[in-house]
Amino acid sequence: MIEFLQQLINGLAQGGIYALIALGYTMVYGVLRFINFAHGDIFMLGAFAGFYAGPAVLRITGVGPSLAAVLLVLPIAMLACALAGMAIERLCYRPLRGRPRLTVLITAIGVSLLLENGGQFVFGANPRSFPELITDRALVLPPALGSLATLTITLSQVLVLGIALLLLGGLRQVVGRTRTGLAMRALSLNPTAAQLMGVDLDRIIALTFGLGSALAGAAGILASIQQPSIDPLMGIAAGLKAFVAAVLGGIGSLTGAVVGGLLIGVLEALVVGYLSPTYRDPIVFGVLILILLFRPAGLLGRFQPEKV
Amino acid sequence: MKKPGPNLVFLLVLAGLAVLAPVAGWFGPYVLDILVGIAINLILAVSLNLINGYTGQFSLGHAGFMAVGAYGSAWLTLQAGTPAGVAGTAVFVGALLAGSLCAGLVGLAVGVPSLRLRGDYLAIVTLGFNEIIKGAVQNAEPLGAQRGLTGIGQYTGFFSAFAGAALAILVVHNLVQSTYGRGFLATHDDEIAAESSGLDTTRYKIVAFATGAFFAGLAGGLYAHFKQFIHPEAFGFMRSIDIVVMVILGGMGSMVGVCCAAVLLTVLPELLRALAGWEGLPDVLRDFVSNRMILYSVLLIILMIARPQGLLAFRAKKRVTP
Repeated sequence: MIEFLQQLINGLAQGGIYALIALGYTMVYGVLRFINFAHGDIFMLGAFAGFYAGPAVLRITGVGPSLAAVLLVLPIAMLACALAGMAIERLCYRPLRGRPRLTVLITAIGVSLLLENGGQFVFGANPRSFPELITDRALVLPPALGSLATLTITLSQVLVLGIALLLLGGLRQVVGRTRTGLAMRALSLNPTAAQLMGVDLDRIIALTFGLGSALAGAAGILASIQQPSIDPLMGIAAGLKAFVAAVLGGIGSLTGAVVGGLLIGVLEALVVGYLSPTYRDPIVFGVLILILLFRPAGLLGRFQPEKV
Repeated sequence: MKKPGPNLVFLLVLAGLAVLAPVAGWFGPYVLDILVGIAINLILAVSLNLINGYTGQFSLGHAGFMAVGAYGSAWLTLQAGTPAGVAGTAVFVGALLAGSLCAGLVGLAVGVPSLRLRGDYLAIVTLGFNEIIKGAVQNAEPLGAQRGLTGIGQYTGFFSAFAGAALAILVVHNLVQSTYGRGFLATHDDEIAAESSGLDTTRYKIVAFATGAFFAGLAGGLYAHFKQFIHPEAFGFMRSIDIVVMVILGGMGSMVGVCCAAVLLTVLPELLRALAGWEGLPDVLRDFVSNRMILYSVLLIILMIARPQGLLAFRAKKRVTP
């Protein structure tokens, strides 16, 4: 039982990262109806933004590895990723608006390959070790918990889940309470009607990309705090898993993306803990295929038949 | 004079290949390696073109089917003890056929459920199946698991590789040009309209998928018996992308274009490698040319924005626009 709980905790911490990335997939799908293949690589850019900004921030501000350092580096990476996401949208996807979906998909694959291989060219292909922004340690649980006190919960796990939940709450406020969020929801419901009501299509799509990419950037920092080895190809696996999470939760649904992300994280941890790490990827993709076959709208999505 | 039919051309090509085969040996192992690579990529690109080009589906998992063919046929020839001479040829042909059939069956098993999905979802699901096949091989001890399969007999030569390529081109060409094959193009052009006219589009998609997978398996078998060593990593996502780039660059649904692209993209990395080895090259450029994927990806993006019908599709496709 303790071991199960331990895997659950590990899985949730990983799932929080998947949830942050999955939100970007789901938001872009909501407004543009296409899968932004390059989203996982934005996550990688976030990690590298932290890799370069981290030591500089520590030196300039003079703070040591602490929560403050994390909170300083996080916005920098988010901003860098938001700008990168918006630039990609402007340069690669906007010229293709209204073209067949396959054309856009192929472009997205191209962008993804460019970021991965360009990343190897610019950052170097070998794994780098992420600067220590916060000293990780296992939390000492109060002995009053009895046998539960033997669980290992690290500071970084708490931090990752906490920051992920804060960002998710913030996103809900933006999408649910602001005029921009209203415009995003209107656009995803009916683009033509939304434009007739004065929604600036280009601006909202750019903002959606910016917001989604910022969340992926934050995920990049949080993932690197947990696993301080980063490389330019780290976005492939994370991006695919997060995509599975978005589909599992129901693509287009924000809550679904979060639920899906946490579920995939826990599933992975259980497979690694009880079966074998080599079964992890096949089982996650197996889940994707089962979901698409039996409930293509996902757990929380709604099904839309294609119209002529 | 009547234009020779494709079947006659195929036989002439086979005869030509048989004559050329001894000549190909003169250039040494490096050139032979490139030539066989061209033939294998021709099979892969032409068969993927049937799925992605003519039928308008988007498969990102072609390397998975290639893996099934490679491992299936290699396992069979290893079981048979890799005999030499005529018996060896018989075993090789039988194993190739069996491996390709396995790949075709896997294609059928993948296609039947997943072809209900459209566009980008199908792309992701085929990618997922590719990873699952790779994962299955990585966990299969009899197939060498993570270490790869070694000691495969070298049966593939110039003749068998190009005969396979010619066969793939012939079958895909005949299939698409036949009355039955018009259904692939109809499925590509407008699925809803095709269905309304009474075409069973799902059936067409499945036939395209299974045929494409069969030939991917053939390519895999030829590859395994040429390289004599296969490893699960060789059949991953990146390999699938390589094939997709060939089809897109050549022009989806253009046989000549795709064949040109397959040849070009097999030779190009070798040229780039030679360029990278050149002394006078600045270091920055050397890193750039030694990573061909940067070039491919930029090409993909520019192509989709500026010329989505493909770089090498010489004949503009006739389009009836409403």
